[in-house]
Amino acid sequence: MAEMLSPKERMKIQRQPMPEQPPLERCHNFEEVNYGFTKELAITEAQRCLQCKTPTCIDGCPVNIKIDEFIQLIVDEDFLGAAKKIKEDNALPAICGRVCPQEEQCEAKCIVGKKNEPVAIGRLERFVADIEMAEGVPPAPVTAAKKGKKVAIVGSGPAGLSCAGDLIYMGYDVTVFEALHELGGVLVYGIPEFRLPKEIVRKEIANLEKLGVKFERDAVIGRTTTIDELMQEDGFEAVFVGVGAGLPWFMNIPGENLVGVYSANEWLTRVNLMKAYKFPEFDSPVLDCRGKNVAVIGGGNTAMDAVRTALRLGAENAYIVYRRSEKEMPARIEEVHHAKDEGVQFMILTNPIEMIGDDDGRLTGMKCIKMELGEPDDSGRRRPVAIEGSEFVLDVDIAVVAIGNGSNPLIQQTTPEIDVNRRGNIVVDGNSMRTTKRGVFAGGDIVTGGATVILAMGAGRNAAKAIDEYLTENSDWPEIH
Amino acid sequence: MYKIVEAAFLAQDIKKFVIEAPKIAVKRKAGQFVIVRIDERGERIPLTIADSDTGKGTITIIVQGVGKTTKQLNSLESGDAILDVVGPLGMASHIGNFGTTVSIGGGVGTAIAYPTAVALKEAGNYVITINGARSRDLVILEDEMKACSDEAYITTDDGSYGFHGFVTQKLQELIDEGKKLDFVLAIGPIPMMKAVAEVTRPYGIKTVVSLNPIMIDGTGMCGGCRVTVDNETKFACVDGPEFDAHLVDFKNLMDRNRMYQEYEKKALEKFEHECNITKQAIELEKSN
Repeated sequence: MAEMLSPKERMKIQRQPMPEQPPLERCHNFEEVNYGFTKELAITEAQRCLQCKTPTCIDGCPVNIKIDEFIQLIVDEDFLGAAKKIKEDNALPAICGRVCPQEEQCEAKCIVGKKNEPVAIGRLERFVADIEMAEGVPPAPVTAAKKGKKVAIVGSGPAGLSCAGDLIYMGYDVTVFEALHELGGVLVYGIPEFRLPKEIVRKEIANLEKLGVKFERDAVIGRTTTIDELMQEDGFEAVFVGVGAGLPWFMNIPGENLVGVYSANEWLTRVNLMKAYKFPEFDSPVLDCRGKNVAVIGGGNTAMDAVRTALRLGAENAYIVYRRSEKEMPARIEEVHHAKDEGVQFMILTNPIEMIGDDDGRLTGMKCIKMELGEPDDSGRRRPVAIEGSEFVLDVDIAVVAIGNGSNPLIQQTTPEIDVNRRGNIVVDGNSMRTTKRGVFAGGDIVTGGATVILAMGAGRNAAKAIDEYLTENSDWPEIH
Repeated sequence: MYKIVEAAFLAQDIKKFVIEAPKIAVKRKAGQFVIVRIDERGERIPLTIADSDTGKGTITIIVQGVGKTTKQLNSLESGDAILDVVGPLGMASHIGNFGTTVSIGGGVGTAIAYPTAVALKEAGNYVITINGARSRDLVILEDEMKACSDEAYITTDDGSYGFHGFVTQKLQELIDEGKKLDFVLAIGPIPMMKAVAEVTRPYGIKTVVSLNPIMIDGTGMCGGCRVTVDNETKFACVDGPEFDAHLVDFKNLMDRNRMYQEYEKKALEKFEHECNITKQAIELEKSN
């Protein structure tokens, strides 16, 4: 066991760096960038935690993981115990440890971070989750008595999986419906292998299957089956809608439908889900990037994923084109650093205004205008304003639009009783996750608009609680506004 | 897995499949499609549902072998299975009692024009069908089209059967005869649909085409199938696949459908090469 250190000694330890694949090596492959902490690194990092009496980090976590307790278990070298502790609050730590924006959540609230760099909570979470997975620890058995009630979950992304995980432990009969041929939603079609290995997602899903969660692929709710049919014909007493945002936004500028202009969803789906980087071994192609200029428009995690994918596909120049400054980028800091280390060129305060093509309708360039920051807008970020006369043309062969997603209309089209707001997001009663249709709950990006994996997981867990309450205690369905 | 219960060539390279997919069979309406993925390495392609049998729980698709995936599909037989069949996707055809309607199918497009012709007939329209093909041996669904039509025409480019000429020439002839046409639905190769739109435009006849852009998920998620209609971007998978023919930017559609032409060629060459090797191996085994 590691020795007990005084707070002063703890504060002296520097934040341990994440071992990673060298940038110039990894930008040519799709293997995971971060190797993860070794035991030694993890224990040293865990010793930096001050074990505050009232740990503020927990408030920063959307699912309130008992951070101080699991970190102490790492110091005690009880790694499996630490993983178990996290799983009391978060069903999918191997995923969250990799994709959560910790610098805005738990680590932003870390007291150590006030003077030094905060404790690397995310890296520690990932470390214990990986150990647990490597040891093949089976999931804790379901001990609750079977409730004999069926719950349907629409969408197998982070919201749906966490909701399913909680409901199965409560004793419900849970079926998850997925529109695609593979389970995991954005975790498999969106987030690339180099940031979240698909094997991890597969193992988490296999665990849920072992616990008794049923999965139906190729099932488009709203088309193959409607929510009404699930409830009236198939005997589901409650439905959780966690379908994600899933309708890519474009910029509505001239030339956006030229050959060579992709949405980030299509770009990433082709490469991640359809394995286009292995064409022709796999049938789906993606335009060859070798020796080409690729511009990705946007500053979020998806934009970083898309541009780093372009590099790995052999792009000569890979650009991020973002209309605000780097400070306003919504991407995780680590992803921005990784992208830069790998050679991505950042063109900030730059806004595309037209896509230019040749006679065959193929993209050849992108007309952009330089921007400057003005007064803060609704989001609190300073509004970008175009600088007159600063237009220029960037030579690009491929452009990927990664400016976010609207909400998918399929469920609403066939279930009009579920109210949506003017942006198409499903309206729910804040705490109970209830929609305007009795028995139907919703959470994740379809409610909030594009957000993070952990927020979706948190919503899925809240929904599980609310569904349990509705099915066991209180079946009232007050009017939702 | 979705089992193929019936598979037969209707013409050279055009094969009809009846597939077990009970949920889709119950749900599907004329004009809707499925996304099909043959195996683990396969791509996802959209195919319009030609027919369904709710009693047997089957759907019918008709496939023209053009590229790797469609040729591989056409190598499957009754008893084989397809890994993924998803649907029914897209908006159903807008069917109403319009008066006199013309359903035009060019080549394998007839397989898509057929179910809407049936639906238009059921809605009480006077249904005219024009079933076009390059030559006699490529004409498909002749009896089926006849059965749902008040007037059925066949055109062949080479004159080997029916009217000698293009579907557009037959359509122009009908207009010139003074027939009052209220609604035209055209499905086939892009140049054909574009030509039909130009025939009806001066007369202001409401004309609809069913578009077949490249798709992945078919549920609105990827945006790969976007088409330009009336200078606006539409997603064929959720807003279509049918659109007002007079507003579609056919040049953009054609450019986008050619996006992966060289890749498709490469994939097909690889597939045919592998098929030949398999054939040779089988023959070698036989001779040993």
